[in-house]
Amino acid sequence: MESSELKRSKDSPNSDESAGLSSFPDEVLERVLSLLKSHRDRSFVSLVCKDWYNAERWSRTHVFIGNCYSVSPEIVARRFPNIRSVTLKGKPRFSDFNLVPQNWGADIHAWLVVFAAKYPFLEELRLKRMAISDESLALLAVAFPNFKALSLLSCDGFSTNGLAAIATNCKNLTELDIQENGIDDKGGSWLGCFPESFTSLEVLNFANLTSDINFDALERLVGRCKSMRVLKLNRSISLEQLQRLLVNAPQLAELGTGSFSQELTFRQYKELECTLSNRKNMHTLSGLWEAKGIYLPALYPACTNLTFLNLSYAALQSSELAKLLAHCPRLKRLWVLDTVQDKGLEAIGLNCPLLEELRVFPDDPFGQPDYLTNEPMDEAFGAVVKTCTKLQRLSVSGLLTDLTFEYIGRYAKNLETLSVAFAGSSDWGMQCVLGGCPKLRKLEIRDCPFGNAALLSGLEKYESMRSLWMSACKVTMNGCRLLAREMPRLNVEVMKEDGSDDSQADKVYVYRSIAGPRRDAPPSVLTL
Amino acid sequence: MSKPIEHDYIGLSEPQLPSMEKSSDTNNKKNALHLKATELRLGLPGSESPEWDDHDHNVLSLKTFVSGAKRGFSDALDGGGKWVFSGGSGGGSEGLFSPRSSGNNNGGKGLSGSDSGLGGPVLKDGATQKPVVVQEKKPQAASGAGHGNGNIAPASKAQVVGWPPIRSFRKNTMASHPPKKDDDAEAKLGSGCLYVKVRMDGAPYLRKVDLKIYGSYKELSSALEKMFSCFTIGQCGSHGAPSRDGLSESRLIDLLHGSEYVLTYEDKDGDWMLVGDVPWEMFTDSCKRLRIMKSSEAIGLAPRAMEKCKNCT
Repeated sequence: MESSELKRSKDSPNSDESAGLSSFPDEVLERVLSLLKSHRDRSFVSLVCKDWYNAERWSRTHVFIGNCYSVSPEIVARRFPNIRSVTLKGKPRFSDFNLVPQNWGADIHAWLVVFAAKYPFLEELRLKRMAISDESLALLAVAFPNFKALSLLSCDGFSTNGLAAIATNCKNLTELDIQENGIDDKGGSWLGCFPESFTSLEVLNFANLTSDINFDALERLVGRCKSMRVLKLNRSISLEQLQRLLVNAPQLAELGTGSFSQELTFRQYKELECTLSNRKNMHTLSGLWEAKGIYLPALYPACTNLTFLNLSYAALQSSELAKLLAHCPRLKRLWVLDTVQDKGLEAIGLNCPLLEELRVFPDDPFGQPDYLTNEPMDEAFGAVVKTCTKLQRLSVSGLLTDLTFEYIGRYAKNLETLSVAFAGSSDWGMQCVLGGCPKLRKLEIRDCPFGNAALLSGLEKYESMRSLWMSACKVTMNGCRLLAREMPRLNVEVMKEDGSDDSQADKVYVYRSIAGPRRDAPPSVLTL
Repeated sequence: MSKPIEHDYIGLSEPQLPSMEKSSDTNNKKNALHLKATELRLGLPGSESPEWDDHDHNVLSLKTFVSGAKRGFSDALDGGGKWVFSGGSGGGSEGLFSPRSSGNNNGGKGLSGSDSGLGGPVLKDGATQKPVVVQEKKPQAASGAGHGNGNIAPASKAQVVGWPPIRSFRKNTMASHPPKKDDDAEAKLGSGCLYVKVRMDGAPYLRKVDLKIYGSYKELSSALEKMFSCFTIGQCGSHGAPSRDGLSESRLIDLLHGSEYVLTYEDKDGDWMLVGDVPWEMFTDSCKRLRIMKSSEAIGLAPRAMEKCKNCT
């Protein structure tokens, strides 16, 4: 193997030493380790001994970096020479809710420059909450001849021009997955940039975009990419167009329709129904914008093996939902709008015995008042954490006292992610969580009465976590400075709001890092 | 297919820093909470909440915040119990509740009618985000929540960045293209849609349109053209050539604006009026139902009707 030859030439003294100790030649060890996919296992493996550390680092092809500032691209490239696939996450999760300043950071470009030099054979890049410019996309498109898969989720900073660069230049592209990004949609011509000779696409998701695209180009593209298994359209695609595309893609596993509300004739409807039938491979269905109840029956034959149904853009009534669900016996994940109401939820209960995840989205995302009570709900959340012992992610808000957090600290032993808003009574609440949840990795808090005592009670804890976010709490600059002083391997970043008291730390983001304080912070972000 | 398990790498080799990430099947764990979350009824910390003391529990000396509840809404709740809970939850969030303060000082229990209304604060991506918490300043902070920032405007809706916890991507998507309901409910004013029945003379069944999604008479008229095109051609649900082939928009425009049909509506007073006389907003406020009449029947309106129709743009 090429990699092990290189390794031997670099590490020859080690191999000589270990040859007597280890019964595995390096090649065998690396071969065995290359079968390990779990990063957790790989991390443990790398701690066994120096040989195993080296074998692991040479055999690793995928690296996952949950916080782009926890490490630098140079360090990554130095440790892992053979990476083909990178997953990077950037901004704190609360940026999805506009709590993070626009220019906060998490720009991919510096990473791409290093990758271009060190990983010329890079194949996959998956980004979440990163800033990426058209210039970066253009670099990506030309610097990696084997590039295959690009996935952008909740990113921003780019336009459809960047997508055009990818389409034009990535000859081996198999995946283009554009989801929920802040993208500057300048029109749909980018899709026409895939050359006529290009046939390798397996995953195409452009549901994010709003402009009309060149349908002929899309139809030809789908027609010639015989391996396409995921196709998620945007709402500019009509039902008639959907039917024409589906005729050429019988093997789709995941379908995101376009707009589901075109006026169809009876014959068109029947054609659509026919095209959707017998799709035993289809396990995910989404899109369905403005779905008209009368057309839903066309979907029934496609639902036999569905495990994930996303109706969060279709304002269905309970009866329509019930009829649809009767055809989805294998559903594990379901997203609906609250237009389905209680009867709809009952229908879900009746029809979906295998359901593992249910999300109900408000039809009016700007908040309509519904019910209210003035009683604290500590016992309710307490009951949840006591009985759902495997709970890994939890969000809480509302009329909750420290008692809720006592329960969480006492019972939620598998909790990894906790999101808290407008809850708690004092520092004690946060202290309970920090002291009691051994697997806690991400803690995000907004508008809670937790102050410096709570912040500092987690001193020992934060190095074992990915990150902590606290905004609009009672933490002060002095508290943050103390934290930064005591824990040099943490980056303590404070974002100041205009016009706020100088002593208050309005937004605090704390994370472990071996790359030291970052150098690309905007002026509003202070690293202490 | 199961999700790949991913663990964080930051290159640390010290034993006290094992990577601990395990994101497999996290979704599986969300559902139980989620269902519960949609059942729970919560009020935000407010009038009867336990004390949130400014001064306890802070070991390092803290300057307490300027007056006004940090927790935003608590003061506004005093005696009002305005905290409300929306049964749904937002995209990407797990079971968070949507508090909403009416900010009214009237102290009435329950929801204040003035709170219902179209939309709430529209939070757009890209806009500079300032914390726009607006809260009531109460002389006697009975809730005990004396911490906070900013002062209160007696606005009918408190605006908080990032609340309700619906990802701004979703908010923007829904704001620009609200999912349309295809229901038989009465026209619901103030809920963001305004459905009225549309009858076309000679058509076998009626249709409904949501007037709120159109901004002008022209948009309405072209939507109606598309909707009723099949009837005009005389083939709907044919088994031969699809009925819309060969239909040109201009033919339909001729039909509606030319000689064959006239668009009329019934207003609040029960009178049948010609569409197009009044400003669009006034029309949507007063229109109860629409009728596409054969112009031979619109005899009483005919001469003006023809003229007005031509001005319907």
